[in-house]
Amino acid sequence: MPNSVNTEIRSFIVETFLLGDHSQLPDDDVSLTDRDIVDSAGILELVSFLEEHFDIPVADPEIVPENFDTIARLAAFITGKLAQQGCSRGKAPAASGRTGGNHAAKKASWVP
Amino acid sequence: MTGIGKRFCEKALRLNATAEVERIARWLRTELRQVLRKRGFVIGLSGGIDSSVCAALAARAVGPERVFCLLMPERESDPESLHLGKCLAGALGLDGAIEDISPTLEAMGCYERRDAFIRQAVPDYGEGWASKIVINTALTTRAYNISSLVVRRPDRTIQKHRLAPHVYLGIVAATNMKQRTRKQLEYYHADRLNYAVIGTQNRLEHDQGFFVKNGDGAADVKPIAHLYKSQVYQLANHLGIPRRICCRTPTTDTYSLSQTHEEFFFALPYREMDLCLYGLEHDIPAGEVAAATGLSERQVGLVWRDMVAKRKAGNYLHQPARMIPQAGY
Repeated sequence: MPNSVNTEIRSFIVETFLLGDHSQLPDDDVSLTDRDIVDSAGILELVSFLEEHFDIPVADPEIVPENFDTIARLAAFITGKLAQQGCSRGKAPAASGRTGGNHAAKKASWVP
Repeated sequence: MTGIGKRFCEKALRLNATAEVERIARWLRTELRQVLRKRGFVIGLSGGIDSSVCAALAARAVGPERVFCLLMPERESDPESLHLGKCLAGALGLDGAIEDISPTLEAMGCYERRDAFIRQAVPDYGEGWASKIVINTALTTRAYNISSLVVRRPDRTIQKHRLAPHVYLGIVAATNMKQRTRKQLEYYHADRLNYAVIGTQNRLEHDQGFFVKNGDGAADVKPIAHLYKSQVYQLANHLGIPRRICCRTPTTDTYSLSQTHEEFFFALPYREMDLCLYGLEHDIPAGEVAAATGLSERQVGLVWRDMVAKRKAGNYLHQPARMIPQAGY
């Protein structure tokens, strides 16, 4: 469901780029790069999140501002990809309730 | 227009090499004696143009007998780097040492850690393979700099892989041990001799954050950080730097596959980058920069956007440790 996708993107951005500070989350149509929330390294994290969390493949030519610059564009991109795959939703959210749960667990683990 | 009847072009980067060399030499002497209070300079030579010019400037400033140079190859270095570094040291009459940093890097797990990260993307990676990180530049991606891993298999075939963020960061973090190990040795010799350490970044590298924090970015003086790369070449010519060094394609000499600066970091070769940076710093209209570089106005806009983004991303590289301001009591 599009609203769910939007909410999950917003949660990921808050947890990953804003250190949990919801007050800094921009409106859906504000550029994440112009607001200095996401840089090139952050784009890689967003791509990884989309692929792992929503279980959708993202090709290099799709990693462009038209798909990644705002929350609204990200939501539209993901929704379109999910529709192509014939499902309304990818993987279930992480058990912690945070959409970035897998990501957070990776950060907390010890490097072998 | 940059002035009545004048169009922006490469001439904007021309300097009086004689005067600039003397100005830098004077500044180095003053900084060394009055601010740093040291007796000479240590410099790491890479066989490239920047470190060669810095060494020649240091020798000009305090005499070759007070400049100690270090050649620090490791097992993945291009042998040409060591050869050219030796040539320069000989030409300038510098004392120095060759420090092979391979055993140190092995002991710290530099290669092993890096290869373990690479294997997360390329499970077969191992003996006989080689690799490098490359970037899709602003001119090809329309906005984002997405780094990829290029590997060469033992059969010489090449593969390119987009990396998960933690894999990319892990490879870069392990590789940065090379620059930090070299700096560690520079400061060992500097402490031993009561010398200061020279940093060799040019203006483009300094501005865009093309260095490793506490690695090649660490130094007591940076005598060419105010000069565009084109101007460094002008000084090289004036200082008589060997032609083979001046003609060498700038490389990082950091990965096991040969890697140019443009592949790893910059959008364009240095001549165009210099002109774009100069245009950005001096508010030259995009149309004039486009005419000077052979790019389109749209491409100049993309390069400028990329430059601003790299400044933001690299801002932390220039920061000393942040401290809480003094409380008002």
